[in-house]
Amino acid sequence: MKKVLVIMIVMLVSIASFAQNKNAKASLEVDGVCLMCKERIEKAAIRTKGVKSAIWSVETHELKLIYDERKTSLDAITKSIVAVGHDTKEVKATDEAYNSVHPCCKYRDEEVQDDHKN
Amino acid sequence: MKNIIYIVFMLPLLLFSQDQLSGEILEANTENKTIPVVGANVFWLNTTVGAVTDLDGKFTIPYETSYKQLVISYVGYQTDTLTIDAPKFIKHNLKPSSELDEVIVTSRKQSTVKSYMRAANIITVSSDELLKAACCNLSESFETNPSIDVNFSDALTGTRQIKMLGLTSKYILITTENVPSIRGASQAFGLSFIPGTWVESIQITKGAGSVTNGFESIAGQINAELQKPSTDNRFFVNLYGASSERMELNTHFNTKVSDKWSTGFYIHGNTHQAKHDVNDDGFLDMPLYNQINVMNRWQYVNPEKGLVSFINVRYLNDSKQAGQLDFDPSRDKLTTNFWGSEIDTERFEITTKFGYVNPEVPWQSLGVQFAFSSHKQDSYYGLNTYDINHNSVYSNVIYNSIINDSRHKIKTGLSFTYDHYDELAINTNFERSERSFGGFFEYAYDNLDKLTLTAGLRFDTHNLLGEFITPRLHMRYTPWEKSALRFSIGKGKRSANIFAENQSMFATSRSINILNTNGSIYGLDPEIAWNYGVSYLQGFNLFGRKADVTFDFYRTDFQNQVVVDWENPQEVNFYNLKGDSFANSFQVELNYNMFDHFDFRTAYKYYDVQTEYLTGKQSKPLTPKHRFFANASYVTNAEEGATSRWKFDLTYNWLSEQRFASTSSSSQGYRLPEESPTVGTLNAQVTKVFSPKFEVYLGGENVTNVRQNNPILGANDPFGSNFDTTFVYGPIYGSMYYAGLRFKIK
Repeated sequence: MKKVLVIMIVMLVSIASFAQNKNAKASLEVDGVCLMCKERIEKAAIRTKGVKSAIWSVETHELKLIYDERKTSLDAITKSIVAVGHDTKEVKATDEAYNSVHPCCKYRDEEVQDDHKN
Repeated sequence: MKNIIYIVFMLPLLLFSQDQLSGEILEANTENKTIPVVGANVFWLNTTVGAVTDLDGKFTIPYETSYKQLVISYVGYQTDTLTIDAPKFIKHNLKPSSELDEVIVTSRKQSTVKSYMRAANIITVSSDELLKAACCNLSESFETNPSIDVNFSDALTGTRQIKMLGLTSKYILITTENVPSIRGASQAFGLSFIPGTWVESIQITKGAGSVTNGFESIAGQINAELQKPSTDNRFFVNLYGASSERMELNTHFNTKVSDKWSTGFYIHGNTHQAKHDVNDDGFLDMPLYNQINVMNRWQYVNPEKGLVSFINVRYLNDSKQAGQLDFDPSRDKLTTNFWGSEIDTERFEITTKFGYVNPEVPWQSLGVQFAFSSHKQDSYYGLNTYDINHNSVYSNVIYNSIINDSRHKIKTGLSFTYDHYDELAINTNFERSERSFGGFFEYAYDNLDKLTLTAGLRFDTHNLLGEFITPRLHMRYTPWEKSALRFSIGKGKRSANIFAENQSMFATSRSINILNTNGSIYGLDPEIAWNYGVSYLQGFNLFGRKADVTFDFYRTDFQNQVVVDWENPQEVNFYNLKGDSFANSFQVELNYNMFDHFDFRTAYKYYDVQTEYLTGKQSKPLTPKHRFFANASYVTNAEEGATSRWKFDLTYNWLSEQRFASTSSSSQGYRLPEESPTVGTLNAQVTKVFSPKFEVYLGGENVTNVRQNNPILGANDPFGSNFDTTFVYGPIYGSMYYAGLRFKIK
């Protein structure tokens, strides 16, 4: 019994230590209009190696990122997002990538933007 | 003159290096109003260069190309860091900070919410749903919910009993803010000790719950979140009166003591002093009772340091008197003059919670929970005395983090629990202490798309139950749009409190026997069961309106059970299971928004609950095979901005025949048929909302006036050998009408 408890405590401590990585925080402006966009943007960001957390807001178009600076960079994350068809401030998605998104996510279209108000 | 030339050439450089960054900081809010944040701190990370926002939320700050990270922080809001690469105008929304995960933001468009995204099958009931019934205490909160069955447990005490997946509440882990609260001594009456107005929301989990809350849940888990001092109304009062002459008062006072501390004081009183005997059997149809329930809550929130804390102190005094009309306790207590019962409960609780969220890495958090409760019940039923003292300590430490990224979440921690029971029953003193120490680990995977999975494992060492492992798994897969397919499996273990959980047996003439006493708790072994289930939820449009349908199938398989055997009408026998015992539960539920502000909900359930008794394998008594439920609700003037409106609610429940435990060996004239009749009840409520501060409600329970004839066997000779109050399948009291008012200041 004591052995099991000791093992458990060691596991707990080692997990706490393991989690002490060096992380950078950043915020990107990413164009999108709906929760489907949110899913696509967050998935693209978090699947970039080294990204720990990615949360995008439909209202503010802000993508909040926490990532390991030793493994990735803002440029790499931006590339992943642009590759799935969403514009950022500095880099625009190619027309090919933009056309691959779902019709109701076509954020460049004024008609689509109007549809997503209220 | 040369000097002048030099100065002229240097000026552009100076001006260039004094570039400014300007911006505006607003509050993010759901109404999309423009609310400036006044006095927010804006500074460059790792520097002393900063500014404060003005009355319009605007700021100006020196800019250099070497500055990249701009930090914006303010009390009550989440600190944000922005990456700046050019000195252009910034417009940024700060979000108000929230407390820990316990604060659940439910959609106000539906008062009961099912999730398409979570791995576990969880139904969240918001406070709007709770107001659809008069909802004096927690058990009555479930009358408008099809997942929980509500019925009476006996003919005397008027206590509501709840069931889930065909199993009674002892197999459900009932927690208050994730601290187990209704268990042990409070199992029988504990739901009536939580006033409905104290509840902010309820989460109902079908199937095994989470390993973080212990090893005891078998059929599911119910968690009640209480009102928070920082968000509840500053003042609230609810007055209630019913045609049965039941009266209730609820009052809340909440105040902010400082920018970090808030406190709340909650008072509940209810009383019923009128005698009713609608069926003329000489017994009260419902008891006389008084309850005083007081709670003081303290809440501390420090978002800059990531700290949240709650301290709860609670005191309860509850007394009930039941039995014959002419019973006078001062004269007839424990005599054969008249049959009578008194149940006096005193309960004290203190609960503390401490939470820390690392502001730098928000997925990392630590939570500590500690609770102590003291429960003292003195009671007698006729000539049967039953007293129980139960002291309980619960403590839990939970650490949350991630592996690599937020798709892989982990929870791990340690638990310690201690219970001391001291009971007097069947003229024997039973005393025992239970201590358990355990650790748990839970992994959650979310691929942000079709799959979500939660796997948990816990190890516990218990002085009476031994050393054991509790595995649990929940999984959700989304095959196509607006759908969720769920699977869960898990194990649970519990020690049975055979007297506290079956107190209605004291109100019978049966002898109480414990057979084959080789185990560690009352001579019996603990209960162990596996639960597994499948659920499918699909949303769709019907005639252009939103609808969803759910199919659930769950099975609970007992490896061991403490069987409560009522099959001999002269005895109630407790023994460990030999053979099979299981509960199969199937449910189909439809929700439909027929037209604006009109919601309809209906459900059908099928139960197959069987156990091997001494007399063979039989269905569990007083469990209907079929149940039907329907609820309709309508709100007028629900458009934004309207302050005056009407709300209408109607709920119908129907139960099929229920098997009676055998009475074939009773004397002639005291035998019951094999099955009960069917029962259908209708509840209705109308609420008039005059303003955000004031509303009045009027309602009826059992409007169809359905009543069970002769709920008490042998009522004419309560000290004879045929007296029994446990054969209850439906309402005893007929129609009951009520009215009340709610007043609040936000």
